[in-house]
Amino acid sequence: MRHARGYRRLNRTAEHRKALFANMAGSLIEHEQIKTTLPKAKELRPIVEKLITLGKRGDLHARRQAAAQLKQDKDVKKLFDILGPRYKDRQGGYVRILKAGFRYGDMAPMAIIEFVERDVSAKGAADIAREEAAAAAED
Amino acid sequence: MAVQQNRVTRSRRNMRRSHDALVAANPNECSSCGELRRPHHVCPSCGHYDGREVIAQSTEVDLEDDAA
Repeated sequence: MRHARGYRRLNRTAEHRKALFANMAGSLIEHEQIKTTLPKAKELRPIVEKLITLGKRGDLHARRQAAAQLKQDKDVKKLFDILGPRYKDRQGGYVRILKAGFRYGDMAPMAIIEFVERDVSAKGAADIAREEAAAAAED
Repeated sequence: MAVQQNRVTRSRRNMRRSHDALVAANPNECSSCGELRRPHHVCPSCGHYDGREVIAQSTEVDLEDDAA
């Protein structure tokens, strides 16, 4: 009987899935747009939208609840300082999923998952800053 | 090992295969670059969807820098 199996298992154990979504939620908050498989994107969306709701609440208890789900403190900080205020007037639907073809190698359906009204400069910002610092050091 | 008792006639074989045909993809033209793309998918050649650039296309590689 398939009772109480409302979510995808993604061929992972419960701990593995928890770690996967903690990592993916952190990446999405950092970059505001990530590419992944369509099933993972569809499972990630409600997780991230609930984190945004915590970010909108903004109190200490909400912050601790978000920190318990995320790996890195910088992601919690961004969630409460930037994303919470950004979506103050939006009632849900903070995340958009777009289909992006099929992966070479295993034909997995791929998807782009991104924040609505995303900050385009957030994606790969750390890499760009490092490259520029390296270029500046060379000169 | 179990072995089939009778030869499958070409009629039966073909009847079995009557549902095996593949269906052709139904591509649309991308509204921004004109290339063919899958419906409801981000355009793989220009990265646009619904008139908006979703995937930033990599900036052109400076050949002189690479040669040096």
